[in-house]
Amino acid sequence: MLIFLLKRTLQAVIVMLVISVVAFAIQDNLGDPLRELVGQSVSAAEREMLRDEMGLNDPFIEKYGRFLKNALHGDLGNSYFFKRPALDVIIDKLGPTLELVFGATVIIVVFSIPLGVYTAIHPNTTFTKIVMALSSIGISIPVFLTAIMLTYIFAIQLGWLPSFGRGEPGQFAGIESAYFSVDGLRHLILPCIALSSIMLPLFIRLVRSEMLEVLSSEYIKFAKAKGLALNRIYYQHALKNTMLPVLTVGGVQIGTMVAYTILTERVFQWPGMGFLFLEAVNRVDTPLITAYVIFVGFIFVVTNTLVDLLYGLINPTVNLTGKGA
Amino acid sequence: MNRITSLFAASALAMGVATANAATLKMAYDADPVSLDPFEQLSGGTLQLSHMTYDPLIRWTQEFGFEPRLAEKWERIDDTTMRFYLRKGVKFHSGNEFTAKDVEFSFNRLKASPDFKGVFAPFSGVKVVDDYTIDVMTDGPFPLVLNNMTYVFPMDSAFFSGEDENGKPKDEIVKHGNSFASRTISGTGPYTVSYREQGVRVEFERNEDYWDSESPGNVDKIIFTPIKEEPTRVAALLSGDVDFIAPISPTDYERIDNSDKVDLVTMSGTRIITFQMNQERVEAFKNPKVRLAVNYAINQEGIVDKIMKGYATAAAQFSPEGYLGYNPDLKPRYDLEKAKALMAEAGYEDGFSITMAAPNNRYVNDEKIAQAVASMLSKINIKVDLKTMPKAQYWPEFDERSADMMMIGWHSDTEDTNNFFEFLAACPNAETGAGQYNSGNYCNEELDALIAQANTEIDPDKRAEIMQEMEKIAYEDAAFVPLHWQDLSWAARKGVDIAPIVNGMNFPYLGDLVISE
Repeated sequence: MLIFLLKRTLQAVIVMLVISVVAFAIQDNLGDPLRELVGQSVSAAEREMLRDEMGLNDPFIEKYGRFLKNALHGDLGNSYFFKRPALDVIIDKLGPTLELVFGATVIIVVFSIPLGVYTAIHPNTTFTKIVMALSSIGISIPVFLTAIMLTYIFAIQLGWLPSFGRGEPGQFAGIESAYFSVDGLRHLILPCIALSSIMLPLFIRLVRSEMLEVLSSEYIKFAKAKGLALNRIYYQHALKNTMLPVLTVGGVQIGTMVAYTILTERVFQWPGMGFLFLEAVNRVDTPLITAYVIFVGFIFVVTNTLVDLLYGLINPTVNLTGKGA
Repeated sequence: MNRITSLFAASALAMGVATANAATLKMAYDADPVSLDPFEQLSGGTLQLSHMTYDPLIRWTQEFGFEPRLAEKWERIDDTTMRFYLRKGVKFHSGNEFTAKDVEFSFNRLKASPDFKGVFAPFSGVKVVDDYTIDVMTDGPFPLVLNNMTYVFPMDSAFFSGEDENGKPKDEIVKHGNSFASRTISGTGPYTVSYREQGVRVEFERNEDYWDSESPGNVDKIIFTPIKEEPTRVAALLSGDVDFIAPISPTDYERIDNSDKVDLVTMSGTRIITFQMNQERVEAFKNPKVRLAVNYAINQEGIVDKIMKGYATAAAQFSPEGYLGYNPDLKPRYDLEKAKALMAEAGYEDGFSITMAAPNNRYVNDEKIAQAVASMLSKINIKVDLKTMPKAQYWPEFDERSADMMMIGWHSDTEDTNNFFEFLAACPNAETGAGQYNSGNYCNEELDALIAQANTEIDPDKRAEIMQEMEKIAYEDAAFVPLHWQDLSWAARKGVDIAPIVNGMNFPYLGDLVISE
């Protein structure tokens, strides 16, 4: 176990280093950050002076070395737009993004498991056909379109829900969150539905196919032959074994959803990390872009490692110390 | 919270209390300003904010006239000195009294700001005569003293002196750091900032002691939210989540116009969209006949009708109507036959190939305009290899003059004709900075002499004559390809009367906004 952890950590460090080089190297191709900071009529000489002052004219190796040194001290640079440490800005926006991910996860869990199980047990009913058809449609419509349609129907036409933003978040036990106020909850509904619109059909299909596979296995047949109650077979024996692969895939998917909120956040003007990133690209806020790429890379690495560990806990036959674990 | 305000509003209505009191405005622009410091960045976003929290000495009217603000009146003392008489009894947000000292402080700060020092270069300095009188001096006779005074937003000199908690001077201007002035406000303006979460929301409260008691403005709270995405911004207005939005894309005009809940206000803008023909890269562009042919081949009216949906004005010169140098005789001149004939005369009947570059997220429909121009040029056998890119990548390309024809839009910082010429049409000179954005390398000594003359002529009539002559020369010589001035647009729900407070400079005077219901 310990060796596994060490090995994984070493791998993670190497991956993070590679990410940092890539994140840093793209900086020079994003445009000129200074252009976004000064007015159009500022003279070329003046701009050159400011660029020198900001260290933008130094050679790549020198810039990267300086960046890496600071990064090891936990300093990923200051955002040009926010004028604050880039990492602080990102962490501030992590909360709202997690709210969306949490809401979408709840929707996915609540709907995908029952629907997936039902469609597996009753493969030929009309309801199953409807669910499968809808899920095909759901997968094929891009998130931003779903989001715009939701806004059009529920905000403009019906006027039931707000069209953008996070509203007035509430306070509970010193934590500020949109979940703690009615206004915040109202603002959460549409973005959470939009965000789950791609993942939910995927999960329904995943649960269904896993369940179908389990249902056709020998031990289920045997249990049926033995005359066990069908409900017991389905919900106790089959479901348990279905959930194992679902959890693995699901864990990774939901972890990475943190990085996939970009479109939803953009359409709903949700003040989270994804929106922040897009804005940073528009403004050529290079320190913020680099910090974001590194931060998201970090989330991916951590989720993957955690899922591997969890897998071992749930299924003891998985050999953690094994080759290439 | 929202429910409580609407409840109050409802009960106020029920009781028959004058509704012209204490309204809240929820507004959304596409971005919020980088900094609260009025002198850090010379940009539309900063000026919009400055007009809410600070007051200029004088300000532009909708008709490009001057309106006294913190300066009550002014007079020219001699060729190089203008005297300003300041308003008495004005207080800053901090409670400090506004005097000539603050103007001097702000003026010096402007001269030190990287963004503004260019605009203020012709000034030698200011001299405080007494507490409410100040002299502004220029190096030589300078015609644009008043234009420039619209940029002087007096800052509270006592408040911004000394050091902040980090030991940094409170008045320092930092482009990429967290300066005191970039996060703190003490001006004389109609609003103070009561809450700010950058990129998410800014809240403004009415300045209770605002000096302008004549102002009809009745908005006592503004909630400002930047909404980047166009459809979301429009949806927010149509669903009633916000009261006032800008800008609006021409594709949404019809939708907003058709709604009976909201009003669309458009106004002819002052930003000229042009293409420049690089004579250093393309030999043919050295020939005025070829440049003329290009001008004759491009159908400005067509672009305005088809791409801009009529919400732009076809141009044949830099200056929009209302500017001193606007020459009413110059008209767009689309004539394909003439263009072909000119190409033949110049010996380019078979045409040639060029590269073209344009941004795709800087001006309204920039990419589509470039495509249209490219296809129009193909009719006179100029084959165009067009490349469009986001503005962040475009400007470095523009600086390198990396294509044969490049698009540039320009708004004159001084709202004056000469600014266009200095930056876009003067002979490029790295030392003086002239022609900094003249990627065509067009150079005409006669024109340069007139530009210099217009810079020192203080008689407006003579100046108008000179500058209209400049426009004519550029037109006849086909120095560049003018396309159009894009319209500015705003929209608000009915009852929010934005028409009187918006202007061609695109900084609405929100202090004077009236919400009637």
